[in-house]
Amino acid sequence: MIKNISNLGDAAVYCDFGNKVTKEINSNVIKYFKSLNKNKILGITNITPSYNKLIISYDLEKIRFEQIKNKILEIKIEDLNPQENKIIKIPVCTDEEYCLDAGRLSEKLKLDIGKILKIFFDKKYFCYMTGFVAGMPFLGDIDKILRLKRLETPRVKVPKGSIGITEQFSNIYTYESPGGWNIIGNTPTKIFDKLNQDNPLKINPGDIVEFYEINKSEYLNWNE
Amino acid sequence: MSEAYFEILRAGINSTLQDEGRLQQNHIGLPISGAIDKRNYLISNHLVGNSPNAASLEFAYQGPLLKLKSGRTSAVIAGNVIFNIIRKNSEVEEGVCYQTFSLNQDDQLDIISTNKSVYGYLSVQKGFKGEYFWGSCSINTKSEVGSNKGKKFSINDEIFLNQSEINHYSKKINYFNPKIEFIRVLKGTNFDYFSYESKKDFFSKEFTITKLTDRMGMRIKGPKIENIVDTNIKSEGLIKGVIQVPSDGDPIIMLSDHGTIGGYPKIGVVISADYDKLVQLTPGNTVKFKLVELSEAEKLFQLYNLETKTILDQIK
Repeated sequence: MIKNISNLGDAAVYCDFGNKVTKEINSNVIKYFKSLNKNKILGITNITPSYNKLIISYDLEKIRFEQIKNKILEIKIEDLNPQENKIIKIPVCTDEEYCLDAGRLSEKLKLDIGKILKIFFDKKYFCYMTGFVAGMPFLGDIDKILRLKRLETPRVKVPKGSIGITEQFSNIYTYESPGGWNIIGNTPTKIFDKLNQDNPLKINPGDIVEFYEINKSEYLNWNE
Repeated sequence: MSEAYFEILRAGINSTLQDEGRLQQNHIGLPISGAIDKRNYLISNHLVGNSPNAASLEFAYQGPLLKLKSGRTSAVIAGNVIFNIIRKNSEVEEGVCYQTFSLNQDDQLDIISTNKSVYGYLSVQKGFKGEYFWGSCSINTKSEVGSNKGKKFSINDEIFLNQSEINHYSKKINYFNPKIEFIRVLKGTNFDYFSYESKKDFFSKEFTITKLTDRMGMRIKGPKIENIVDTNIKSEGLIKGVIQVPSDGDPIIMLSDHGTIGGYPKIGVVISADYDKLVQLTPGNTVKFKLVELSEAEKLFQLYNLETKTILDQIK
């Protein structure tokens, strides 16, 4: 399943599963991630799965590239708790105050915003990975009609809770941060909970996300 | 006996609690964080007799002005740092790095600035009291995780110590932070995305550290690095030391609080042995990169590690 394995610097292994972004390749990455977590190779400090790559960093005081590479290739890859595709429902308010790029989306896609939102909400999205900042999910795939590049000039501040779309992907900004994705709405629900350290993420890789619309008063009075 | 604590009278530019960092959480979006100059962090803790992974106060450029409101402690500052100890009776003592000093109630510690470097460390006997998230109290301001609600310290904040009493204690070492000529780099996974000229420039021309530098990353400027394949890749995992080149051609080096995934091609990765020196470069400093092979990088790390151990062993 790993097409190529190489070093990333002197303290990480770079496992390449291919260049395409598909659920199949991604679930192979997750299988490796889970099997490595179970097999606990001495010295591993972090394992980072993404669409089609897996990066394993290690403590250079304990192990070196050639040794860890062999150990990684030796471990038995099992389908540990195969993804059950848990369905996560996420409320979204698309009031003009939150749908920051309504104008841009309409203009670039040559569709009215109502139609764009309908296409967006009609689909279910697969979570490929989480990260960049804590808890941010990378979801896909956006309907081909709605695929659009990032903003030419990224926003200095994207509000927390914003739902962004770009190309085939959607994400949720778990913190206020700079960003260039097209913002279609905002969710009042908590996506990352640092106080729940065993299970801090609302959306995990392999989950299926269903967005649904709420109105502004529901948004403002949201209570979990 | 009440708990010992400092009150912050001036916060400094970026004062945070740091330990050895947060492991195994990259996949949820939390990078390693931790003391960015690990050697100085280790020396400071060793000098006050702390066990590894104790929490230290890391500061950058201008440090904090602290008043010990309660208790007594033995403390030390590591780095290249200018500081004063202002006694309760207003007597001012000039601080000396890598030399322990005691602080009594109502003494102040004025960490004026780091000198020709960025980061310094204040360690106290038994460490600062941290709040732990995934095994580390390191403050990650981007994801708001760690001590002090994940925020850098600001005026009037209080920092508690694990111990409020000390016995007479005195230790010091002579240590000079090494100057660097080159930052040594391994080829990145997208090395061949860049033009022949740019690859040559990267390992021969000077780059300047810009002001767009913090614990997350370091933006450098030199000859533009030209990508001839694709300026975007599918987002993938990052580690500290990775050198990414966005479409504008100015490289960004990932530092300890880096985003855990990113989509810019990677031209290189700074070797582990040179990371501590890299992070101490100030905006305006220039740097040259030197290409090394993996086996050499591994040897250089062993050497670096041995050096650190030798320094720590001098502390008796």
